[in-house]
Amino acid sequence: MIADLGFFALLIAFLLALYACAAAAVGSRRREQRWVSSARSAIILGFPLLTIACASLVYSLANLDFQMQYVSQVTSHSMPMYLRVTALWGGQAGSLLFWAWLMAAFTFAVMLREWRRDRDLEPWVIIVTAATLAFFLALILFFENPFLRYWQGITGTVWTAMWQPTGAQPYIPIDGNGLNPLLRHPGMIIHPPMLYIGFVAFVVPFAFAIGALVTGRSDDRWIRVTRRWTLIAWLFLSLGLILGSRWAYDVLGWGGYWGWDPVEIAAFMPWLTGTAFLHSVMIQEKRGMFKHWNMLLIILTYCLVIFGTFLTRSGVLSSVHAFAQSAIGPMFFGFIALTFGVSLALLSKRWATLKSEVEMTSLLSRESLFLINNLLFMGILVICFWGVVFPIVSEASGGIGRAIPALAHIFTGQRATVGPIFYESATGPLWAALLLLMGIAPLSAWRASTARTLGRAIWKPFLISLVVLAGLLVGGMRQPLALLALWICAFVLLVTVYEFWRGARARTNRGENFLQAFWRLVARNRRRYGGYIIHIGVILIAVGVIGIELFQQETQGSLAVGERMHLGSYSIEYESLAEFETPDGRLVDRAVVNVFKDGQPLTQLYPRRDFYYESQQAMTIPGLRSTLEDDIYILLVDWEPVSASSATFKMYVNPLVNWIWLGGFVFIFGTLVASWPEADALPQRSRARLGGTPERA
Amino acid sequence: MRLVAFLIAAGLLLAACAGSPAAAPAPQGTPSADQVNAVAKNLYCPVCANVPLDVCGTAACAQWRGQIADLLAEGYTEQQVYDYFAAQYGQGVLAVPPARGLNWLVYLLPPAVILGAGLLLARNLRRWRQAPAPQAKPPATEDDYTRKLEEELDARR
Amino acid sequence: MTEETKPTSILGRVLAWGLLITLLALVGMQLRSSLQGVLTRGEQAPDFTLVTFDGQTITSADLEGKVVVLNIWASWCLPCKDEAVHLEQAWQHYQSREDVIFLGVAYVDTERESLAFIAKHGVTYPNGPDLGTLIYTSFRARGVPETFVINKLGEIASVKIGPYQSVQEIITVVDRLLELE
Repeated sequence: MIADLGFFALLIAFLLALYACAAAAVGSRRREQRWVSSARSAIILGFPLLTIACASLVYSLANLDFQMQYVSQVTSHSMPMYLRVTALWGGQAGSLLFWAWLMAAFTFAVMLREWRRDRDLEPWVIIVTAATLAFFLALILFFENPFLRYWQGITGTVWTAMWQPTGAQPYIPIDGNGLNPLLRHPGMIIHPPMLYIGFVAFVVPFAFAIGALVTGRSDDRWIRVTRRWTLIAWLFLSLGLILGSRWAYDVLGWGGYWGWDPVEIAAFMPWLTGTAFLHSVMIQEKRGMFKHWNMLLIILTYCLVIFGTFLTRSGVLSSVHAFAQSAIGPMFFGFIALTFGVSLALLSKRWATLKSEVEMTSLLSRESLFLINNLLFMGILVICFWGVVFPIVSEASGGIGRAIPALAHIFTGQRATVGPIFYESATGPLWAALLLLMGIAPLSAWRASTARTLGRAIWKPFLISLVVLAGLLVGGMRQPLALLALWICAFVLLVTVYEFWRGARARTNRGENFLQAFWRLVARNRRRYGGYIIHIGVILIAVGVIGIELFQQETQGSLAVGERMHLGSYSIEYESLAEFETPDGRLVDRAVVNVFKDGQPLTQLYPRRDFYYESQQAMTIPGLRSTLEDDIYILLVDWEPVSASSATFKMYVNPLVNWIWLGGFVFIFGTLVASWPEADALPQRSRARLGGTPERA
Repeated sequence: MRLVAFLIAAGLLLAACAGSPAAAPAPQGTPSADQVNAVAKNLYCPVCANVPLDVCGTAACAQWRGQIADLLAEGYTEQQVYDYFAAQYGQGVLAVPPARGLNWLVYLLPPAVILGAGLLLARNLRRWRQAPAPQAKPPATEDDYTRKLEEELDARR
Repeated sequence: MTEETKPTSILGRVLAWGLLITLLALVGMQLRSSLQGVLTRGEQAPDFTLVTFDGQTITSADLEGKVVVLNIWASWCLPCKDEAVHLEQAWQHYQSREDVIFLGVAYVDTERESLAFIAKHGVTYPNGPDLGTLIYTSFRARGVPETFVINKLGEIASVKIGPYQSVQEIITVVDRLLELE
């Protein structure tokens, strides 16, 4: 019953999305607002309908209605309630529904805004969002229906159908398969929703951009309307990436947080273009230049979102993150081809009108530094994209080799792997350049800066950063790469902090005390100072990355009970191992390991191996001790069966890795500051008095 | 200044960590787990996608690590081990494709694109700069800075 | 900027569309092959070369006019162990015949473990490593064990995904092909 309700809600939402598309198109063609309003109502209804669909699926999951195929695939009796509910996004069908629901929520929110000033854009925003929604709902309805139920014929064969076929009886498995063990982690409960929100929210700026392209509006309106939407999408995408890293660190048991897995990169690429967009859009707002470039960036961001989703869900890529192979591939491929093709066609049609007179006065001006920033981000994007695509190229091009034997030794068709070393060494210098730029660009002025003004802002932090460098050298660090990277971090951090200080100091001259001045400074220009806080977060993350990438140590060894293994200033001692079963269907082997630092007892850690009976999968959960200085990360690799007289451990010391998470918090805080709505808007009159300053939505 | 002290302290810590290399060379004949892992880190077994061999938990990967140990014991160098695995199981087992044939594209395309874009940008920046006469007078003094900051803050409203 | 709009935009457009179409074509091909599944009955068996553990080279050309039972296995694969016994018994049944051959292909396996497996289960038909995983890839296999039975015309006559459960199951398949002529 509940499943029927959900299914019908889904079906109606799909039909309404189709209707909204058609009605908006008619409205725009005939220039009749009533059609557009009708389309808007239809698309608004999608959200409550999909809420019903999601709620009914969650209800079935919570109540373990195993007759439903999806429920029996992702839940089981032994799973606690919170996991049953979050199993909504634990499988392909459910997560597609969840995705569609989030998209409907964003569409709903954007449709409720005040449209009076954007009547010409309205139908196109409706068409884009409704078409996307209709596409995802079609995938769910026709290929991945989470409401399908099991039925059993007289002969005993079991199949799935929405409604009872004649002569068949409901078939209810005794227990379900349970959720993939990899997904049974607190990080996994919030990581996918954050990432999905980040993904779907980009549909809003995309829809406005397409609207602006179709209608030929070349002003900044779409950017002003969508600025905060973009920032929110970016916030959630960042949050999703950070949480995903934490999940990988805690659960995947490889001692790291980021494996340059194609699916990770697929989520990272829209972040790169999105970040480039958030920077370059400021040039357009301030100087009215590079409209075509911004348009290209936001469209590229959304296309990368869709492309990444396709790669993850179609079975084209294999990865720890990938969903099981699915039949949605061809339809999804068609959608991608359509999205890319239409976007490119519109872009090239309007390219010339979007081009604006460019006027640059100085290479050190902020606009030109922003362009260099964009160049670096796009460079990293090219590396990532090529790394993901090349294995496909290497395999697919085998066809050329087979067709032309003379070229067979070049086009071998052998699949190549592009691993972390490639990405790390290729993007490393670009990241370093970006960090450095992050320190200099905020100090430069629009239009023109001279080396003198820049120097004035920089020389103090620069001197102090040299002191830091000297400190590192005195401390015995000799690795040139690490010295350079940490010096850049120190320099940029100091410059950014100095900017805050300088700003607040300047205001204290007006008779405010320092704290007050600081607070007002940030409050009055949240976007700029929020941005600076984000930059500080990035530096902290960079310090953590440098720590783990350049100074990670590891060792592996087999230890008898009481025996010790040393790594750096740490040593570990194997004490005991216990094997036991848990009520949620795991066989746990848990070792007790004593940790010493410089020979002194420090703590006790419990690395373990969880074997899930239902899925026959094993998970290696590290024993972890985190401090700001370093993490000790111990994996239980193997052990002597029964007697447990000896066990093999892998031990990592990960310096500074906690700074990544710390930086993550600062980063998110900064984004919140930057995107927080301005509460105290000045009255219209004073805005007019300032003359020409465009109003900001 | 506390921050500076903190950074210096962090640097000292790092330096201390860097001072002590992890794996001491073991005598030939019995490669240590660390030596095996150091090689395995750069290999990928086809049965578990994108998981480096040193941390992969499957039975197949355990056998591969055993094979690495055998080869090292026989006196193979690291490169010879990689070559052996590539010959046995295809170039897909290598962490990065060997630079030959089509694989050159992996290494050449990104730098070419980035350099090309950089040159294009540099050329355009020069042209854009020549076009109009500079009219903005660069602010020079600290007072100017305050004034400009206030201006910018006001302009936000 | 403006004076150059025309030529750059045409070049740019061609470039952009070319890149997009190439990308879509590549991804489309990859999607097609990922959806293709294993080789099916009636398809021509791909050419392959197997160098056995004892150094003998067997190419598909050598196998013309023979019924070939090509079994892809691995020593780390649990179901392969039972299957090896069935395959060996079936091989004993046909060994005297000139027109039947069994071939074992060890997938992603180390030589030492493969040889131990062969010795342990008393396998006598020719076995060799899948060098470069070329055989596995060209038969579009999706796991181990998988067995392809090729008829005398070199066409795939039967595909078994997962292990054979009995000797009889193998004999039934092969006998049917032998009767067909």
